[in-house]
Amino acid sequence: MTRHVIVGTGVAGVSAGLAIRSVDPGAEIVLIGHEPEKYYSRPGLAYLLSSEIPERMLFPMQARDFKARGLTVLDGIVERIDPTACSLHLRGGQEIAYDRLLVATGAAAVLPDLPGMDLKGVVKLDDFSDARRILRLARRGRRAVVVGGGITALEIVEGLARRGLRVHYLLRKERYWANVLDEAESRIVEGRLRHEGVTLHYHSDVEALLGKRGRVTGLRLAGGEQLACSLVAFAVGIRPRLELARAAGLNLDRGILVNEYLETGVARIYAAGDAAQVYDPLSGRHILDSLWNPAREQGRVAGLNMAGQRTAYIKKAAFNVTRLAGLTTTIIGAVGGGQDADLVGIARGDSEAWRDLPHAIACQTHTEVNRVRVMVGRRTLIGAVVMGDQTLSQPLQELITEQVDISPMRAALIQPGGAVVDRLLDFWSEWRQTHGPQ
Amino acid sequence: MSFREHLTSEARHRQALAVGLVVPDNSRCVQCGICSFNCPIGIDVRQHAWLGKPVEDSHCLTCGTCIQKCPRGVLRFERGSLHLGATEVGR
Repeated sequence: MTRHVIVGTGVAGVSAGLAIRSVDPGAEIVLIGHEPEKYYSRPGLAYLLSSEIPERMLFPMQARDFKARGLTVLDGIVERIDPTACSLHLRGGQEIAYDRLLVATGAAAVLPDLPGMDLKGVVKLDDFSDARRILRLARRGRRAVVVGGGITALEIVEGLARRGLRVHYLLRKERYWANVLDEAESRIVEGRLRHEGVTLHYHSDVEALLGKRGRVTGLRLAGGEQLACSLVAFAVGIRPRLELARAAGLNLDRGILVNEYLETGVARIYAAGDAAQVYDPLSGRHILDSLWNPAREQGRVAGLNMAGQRTAYIKKAAFNVTRLAGLTTTIIGAVGGGQDADLVGIARGDSEAWRDLPHAIACQTHTEVNRVRVMVGRRTLIGAVVMGDQTLSQPLQELITEQVDISPMRAALIQPGGAVVDRLLDFWSEWRQTHGPQ
Repeated sequence: MSFREHLTSEARHRQALAVGLVVPDNSRCVQCGICSFNCPIGIDVRQHAWLGKPVEDSHCLTCGTCIQKCPRGVLRFERGSLHLGATEVGR
């Protein structure tokens, strides 16, 4: 009987386990994780913070579901992989042999190196325990400061604001998420945050955290200004957890480099999810992202390969639908570039591919709160941002993901003052009749 | 911005109440469970979304609450038969 061991109980690991089981009813499948909650909806933590959902709903599978599928879930910390002996060493001395191993260790929040980071009340939003900590602090706090960028920073800002805290959001430069959103989009988000009562501080660098009796009481900015608060949240980016992979001699860049079969290059070892750096055919590079569905799909493909079914993972245009300051926003493909001073690399719900804009023409249309920006390449649409009204979200997802030849409407689309929305809807409706899902 | 009426959610809703069913796009789903939490009759919509299967549950009211509450646009109405099969996923 083949023993498959999966390090990590996030969506990539669980998806791999289910995929192995779907093709090998007799395999032994062991998942090892250190988080007490094991498998839960990590993106759902945002809705826990905003009181839209109770904790218990964040678990798509219960212990009985794992048992029913013959997936053994072990609580433990893997300290070392021995690729020569094909075994894992767990903290406490236990050794587990494997025939196939998946490294799906995910990513962890990056924290800045500042004086006072060890004070109580300084938080991040990485996992379930962080979300609970934020909620506990929010119950007795009145003022909070959030530092960082991307989706996670706004999830914290909005969650705390909804719970009645006075929230100050610090940006290091002049606008929000500058390497993914354009200026108009940043301003829409910032305007909505202000409307929710959030105070934005531009050109603000934290110099030190201040505290009393081990608790944070405020912070000092680089210019000397001080802000009083009982909670400081950092969301400055994430990094793949690579310690195990590095010690095992896997091929690393920013993440674990894998081929299209999710193989690491070391015999019998695969990688998937936020820890893996996978080939992106659209940009021709290996990239990182932290998106739920690609992690699930990578886990599935890795699982099939582990079970002996040779299957290639073909990365599609990076896609996410999220809420930015309460505004539903779809981001697809390449839409930005350059630097964002608020983030180190990427955040959760984010992709390096979004910052990879080649030559393209931007077509846009917007009202006060609804905005559509489409990046038009020579023959295809390369990326899009849809804020507010989501009528174009699915059409653009399909046109960009399927790399549909848009030559017939290109000239009309890029014409100044053209009816962007109507043209895209007409074109998509026609395309769907002949090519779309039936 | 005005979009065509046949694409508005209200029009879709009326149509679905007549002959519709809830269909997921699982590439958008993050398994948060807001859909299942808000279903007035307790259908595990999330499980359908995970499997990429329409909510072919004869108890589904097609009330549209799950569609409205989903923060990621996973669910939509599609025309379908009122006389659904007996398949009930994860209820």
